[in-house]
Amino acid sequence: QGGGSAVIDMENMDDTSGSSFEDMGEMHQRMKEEEEEEGEAGAAEEEDGEFLGMKGLRGQLGRQVADQMWQVGKRQASRAFSLYANIDILRPYFDVEPVQVRTRLLESMIPVKMINFPQKIAGELYGPLMLVFTLVAILLHGMKTSDTIIREGTLMGTAIGTCFGYWLGVSSFIYFLAYLCNAQITMVQMLSLLGYGLFGHCITLFVTYNIHFHSLFYIFWLGVGGLSTLRMVAVLVSRTVGHTQRLILCGTLAALHMLFLLYLHFAYHKVVEGILDTLEGPNMPPFQRVARDIPVVSNAALNTTAKAVALTL
Amino acid sequence: FAGLADVSIAEDIPVEGEITVPVGSRSPDEDYSTLDEPVRDTIMRDLKAVGKKFVHVMYPKKSSALLRDWDLWGPLVLCVSLALMLQGGSADSKDDGGPQFAEVFVIIWFGAVVITLNSKLLGGTISFFQSLCVLGYCVLPLTVAMLVCRLVLLAGSGTVSFIIRLIVVAAMFAWSTLASTAFLADSQPPNRKALVVYPIFLFYFVISWMILTFTPQ
Repeated sequence: QGGGSAVIDMENMDDTSGSSFEDMGEMHQRMKEEEEEEGEAGAAEEEDGEFLGMKGLRGQLGRQVADQMWQVGKRQASRAFSLYANIDILRPYFDVEPVQVRTRLLESMIPVKMINFPQKIAGELYGPLMLVFTLVAILLHGMKTSDTIIREGTLMGTAIGTCFGYWLGVSSFIYFLAYLCNAQITMVQMLSLLGYGLFGHCITLFVTYNIHFHSLFYIFWLGVGGLSTLRMVAVLVSRTVGHTQRLILCGTLAALHMLFLLYLHFAYHKVVEGILDTLEGPNMPPFQRVARDIPVVSNAALNTTAKAVALTL
Repeated sequence: FAGLADVSIAEDIPVEGEITVPVGSRSPDEDYSTLDEPVRDTIMRDLKAVGKKFVHVMYPKKSSALLRDWDLWGPLVLCVSLALMLQGGSADSKDDGGPQFAEVFVIIWFGAVVITLNSKLLGGTISFFQSLCVLGYCVLPLTVAMLVCRLVLLAGSGTVSFIIRLIVVAAMFAWSTLASTAFLADSQPPNRKALVVYPIFLFYFVISWMILTFTPQ
């Protein structure tokens, strides 16, 4: 009678920890329910013994019905919760091998030649997610070495917001455009394509945040950025029909992708004398424009020297 | 009511057996016994458990003590101490003191949650809080590195101190990553270990980078 059963519920057994409080909570709950039912059954029997007849029986029946309804309702609610709040919905998109990830990373830099029949896009989210996090880490490194000061907000918040905002926002926008232009691509495939396209960005920024020559950056921008953009554009072109639609879709994607790389380089990579001017005020004579190949160590030395010079003036 | 009286089971069918759940019969007694003990015993028991786990992190052997009795006290203490030590380390310490503490806190917990979700999605057999516990405890070498860096920076901030700090932070970063890999990678299918190790590497790399670029003003 009632919900407490002696059968072990197998769906709770995938947890190998002996002391996780989820299991303890379940067991305590079951114990409490069994005790309550025993108590209720005992009380009902006593009542039945004293008041023989309809009243005692109806009370016991009513209590059991209410109990049953509570059990059923609770079971349904917990089943609905475990259905929708389950991360298992995302599990098929993470089903990759390391070899596959490496192959896809390398392929993202090689533009395909055949654009006459639709190219296959793997709908996988592990690679893109890791690339976005890597880009966040590289951005953080770039911001720290260039002493970027962000007033209302944090460095980490800005980096995460920028990278995830680009990945999710531009994917959604291009998916919307693809829907308008009748291109055959799903949302997960678009997320995957754009995510792997960020591999070129990661390489470019990693190199140019450490070696500060503007001409080197432009070479990398055109070369590496261009290659990954070409690959994304070629895949999209192979899945779209019609010249105008192809032009709109690929033009937008190419423009956004290349401009994002340009933005990342210039917005988070300030030149030294800009910061020093704002710190020291108008007393400081302006420095010569130097290339930003000053390592972190002599930055501190430069700051202290500048302070000392300002004090003596 | 004669018909209803026959609802009960007939006498000649024996119904016997024992359905006991050992945990249930023990738990009411245990509650009473730990409630009555002095507060000092409770605190010392928890402190000893945390200390034992610290030792396990510094000498990562294949023991399962860290996994079986997980707790989040150690990670909280480490996170708060690391965040406090990383505070006040920018050019404009007047209005950057607040966000820096929150920044470190959020990075550590958000990063640990993401790594845990990732390892679960890749088919790991470890539970959510066990993974959080391991990742939090493996921040201990980096906290030690932060202490050393602060002491070295007291002495001076030239090239030599930078090299010393770089070596110490790099060594502690490798130790952290290896320690957490030793605990977490066993719960994955064997050919996907690299997929789980990379986010852990990135996570400790970001923390090490924050420690290395810390310059007090």
